[in-house]
Amino acid sequence: MTIAISARGLARHFGKVIAVAGIDLDVPSAQIYGFLGPNGSGKSTTIRMLCGLLVPTRGTVTVLGHSVPRDAEIVRRKLGYMTQRFSLWDDLTVGENLEFMGRVYGLERALRRERIRDRVANYDLAEFAGQRAGTLSGGQRQRLALAAATLHDPELLLLDEPTSAVDPQSRRDFWENLFALVAAGTTILVSTHYMDEAERCHRLAILDRGSIASEGEPKVLARDIDATVIEIECGDLVAARRALATVPAIRSIAQLGNRLRVLMPRGARDPEGELRAALVPHCSEARVERVSASLEDVFVAATRLRPEAATAERAA
Amino acid sequence: MSWFARLFAIAAKEVRQLSRDRITIGLIVGIPTIQLLLFGYAINFDVRGVSTAVLDQARTSLSRRLVVDLGATQVLGTIRQAGSERELRELIQRGDANVGIVIPPDLERRIAQGDRAAMQILVDGSQPALENVAQGLTAIPLLRRAGRPAPHRPVEILVAYNPAKRTAVQIVPALCGVILTMTMVIFTASAIVRERERGNLELLITTPVSVGQLMAGKLLPYVAIGLIQTTLILALGYWLFDVPVAGRLIDLYLGALLFIAASLSMGLFISTLAQTQFQAMQMAIVTMLPSILMSGFMFPFEGMPKVAQWIAQLLPLTHFNEIIRGIVLRGAALSDMWPELAKLTLFLVVMMTLSIKRFRKRLD
Repeated sequence: MTIAISARGLARHFGKVIAVAGIDLDVPSAQIYGFLGPNGSGKSTTIRMLCGLLVPTRGTVTVLGHSVPRDAEIVRRKLGYMTQRFSLWDDLTVGENLEFMGRVYGLERALRRERIRDRVANYDLAEFAGQRAGTLSGGQRQRLALAAATLHDPELLLLDEPTSAVDPQSRRDFWENLFALVAAGTTILVSTHYMDEAERCHRLAILDRGSIASEGEPKVLARDIDATVIEIECGDLVAARRALATVPAIRSIAQLGNRLRVLMPRGARDPEGELRAALVPHCSEARVERVSASLEDVFVAATRLRPEAATAERAA
Repeated sequence: MSWFARLFAIAAKEVRQLSRDRITIGLIVGIPTIQLLLFGYAINFDVRGVSTAVLDQARTSLSRRLVVDLGATQVLGTIRQAGSERELRELIQRGDANVGIVIPPDLERRIAQGDRAAMQILVDGSQPALENVAQGLTAIPLLRRAGRPAPHRPVEILVAYNPAKRTAVQIVPALCGVILTMTMVIFTASAIVRERERGNLELLITTPVSVGQLMAGKLLPYVAIGLIQTTLILALGYWLFDVPVAGRLIDLYLGALLFIAASLSMGLFISTLAQTQFQAMQMAIVTMLPSILMSGFMFPFEGMPKVAQWIAQLLPLTHFNEIIRGIVLRGAALSDMWPELAKLTLFLVVMMTLSIKRFRKRLD
C-alpha cells in the first residue's frame, strides 16, 4: 500500500489561536480518507496546508512524493481541490466554467473537449450546460465543482466539506461518484461533519480542536471504542435521566426517540447492573441493554471524553 | 500549452464576465460621457461680467479712461460708481459688486513715479475664482496707454496655447486622465478583490496558474477598456467642445497606454491590501482625491505649496496631465516628454514589483 499524503507534527497557529496542534497523518493511495470533526476542529486548515495554500507553523508534509509547500507548484498539477464554498464563477455557464478550468489546467483543445464531454455526461450536467452556475441547485453545483476538480485527471482530490449544502439524495449520488473515482485509482481526502459520510470512508481521522482524537477504519474504530454503549428504554425518560444523574461513571447520555444511549467506561465491571440499580427506584420497568457502538458513539467518545475536553465541560 | 494560453484564458473569462455585467459596461461608457458633459458645460473657469464698483478719487481724464478701458475687457460687467470708500465696501458686502476698484487721487503721480501701486483692487474673498480675475486685471496693459510703461506687472498671464481662454480646451485633456484614474484603479482593485471575497481566488491559486499569468490576464481587458475610454473622451471633446489634438494621435495613445498601465498597477496594489471590495473602494478613493486635487487638474500646480508639489510627483496623474496637455494643446511629441514618461514608468515598475511581492499563491 503506497502513501499519498504523509504529514509529521503538522501545526498551524493563527496568532494565539492554535488551529492545528501538531498532527501525524498517513493517507493511503486510492482510498477515501475522511476527516470527521466539528466546525473549528482544524479540518479546513489541514487541507489548506496539504495543498500549499497555508504554510505550516511547524511540521512536514509530503504529498504524492513532493515536499509541500516547497514543491506546491508541482503538486498543484496533480491535485484537484474543492473548496468548502462553491468557488467557480456564478456568472459563467456550466460549460464556460469547465472550459475555463480546462484551459487553466493546460489541457489541449481536443483533450479538453473530450474531458468536458465526458464529465458533463458522467455528472449529469448535460441539461444545464448553457445555464449560469449561479442558478444551479446545491447538488448540481457540487457535481459541477467535482467535474471541474477532476478535469485534469488528478491523482489526488482534496474535498473540503463538499456536501454541506446538499440534499441527501444528491449526497448519495456524490459519494457514488467518489467511489467511481477511487476505483480508477484516485486518492480522495474528504472532510465532513456527517456521520453517515464518515462511515463510507475507507479510513477516518476524528479531529478535535486541532488534533487527531482517533484514527482508523470506521468499523475498527467502532469495535475498539474506548467505551461501553448501553441503551435504556423506559416510559418516563425525564425520571430516568434524573436517576442516571446519580451515576458518576456515566460519560455521556444522548436521547434517540424514546431511548437513552449511555456511554460508560470500557473497563467497568457490570455497567448494565449499575445502571439498572440506579433506575429501578424511579422507573421499575426500564430495559437496559448493551449494544454495539456506532460511529457517532466513537465520535462522542473520542471528542467529548478526552481528558481535556472533560475538564473544559466541567468548567463550563 | 504556451505561457500565454493561460493568460488569455483568464483574460477571456474576465471579458466574458464583464460583458454580462451590464452596470459595469454602462459605467465604462457612462462615466466618461457624463463627466465630460458635466465638466465641459458646467465648469467654467472663464470669468466674465463681474459686477464692479469703482471709487474714482482722482477724477481726471486719465482715471475716466481707465474705467472705460476696464469695462471694455468684458471681464468686468456693470460698473457702478461709488461715492466713498464706505459705499464701495457696502456694495461689496451686499453682493452688489464682487470687485471694487479704488483709483487714488494721486493716480498720475503714482504712474509717473512707478514706485507704488497705481490702483487698488478689492476682491470678495469668499469667491476664490475672483482672485484670479483680480490677478488678471493687474496684467491688463491698460496703463500703457497713459504714455508710460506700466508700473506694476506682478502677474503675467500667457495665453499662447489657449488664446480664447476656453475652459473646455483645458478640461478635456485633463479630464481624460482623471476619468482613467477613476475607472482603472477602481475596476482592477475591485475585480481582484471580488474574486477573493467570493472564494474564486482560493480555487484559482490551487491551479497551475502563475501569479504573473493571473495578474496579466486580469489586467489585459482593463487596458483595452482604458483605451476605449480615452478614445471616447477625445472623440466627445472633438465633436462637442471642438478640442482638436494638436500632436500625433499615436503619441497620445502610447502616453495613455503607459498611464493606464500605471493606474492599473495602483489598482492591483490596492487589491493586494484590501480584503473586501468595500475596503478596496475606500483605498481607491484615498488615492483618487489627491490625484484630482493635486495633479494640476483643479488648481495650478505651480500655485501649490512645495510639499504638495512633492506629493503630487508621486501621483501618475500629475505626469500624465503634463503629457496629454503637451500633446493635445501644444502639439508636443512624445519624445519631448521623456521626464514624465520616465516617472510614469518608474511608478509602474515599483507598483508591479510591490504587488507581485505581496500577492502570493497562498492564503496567509
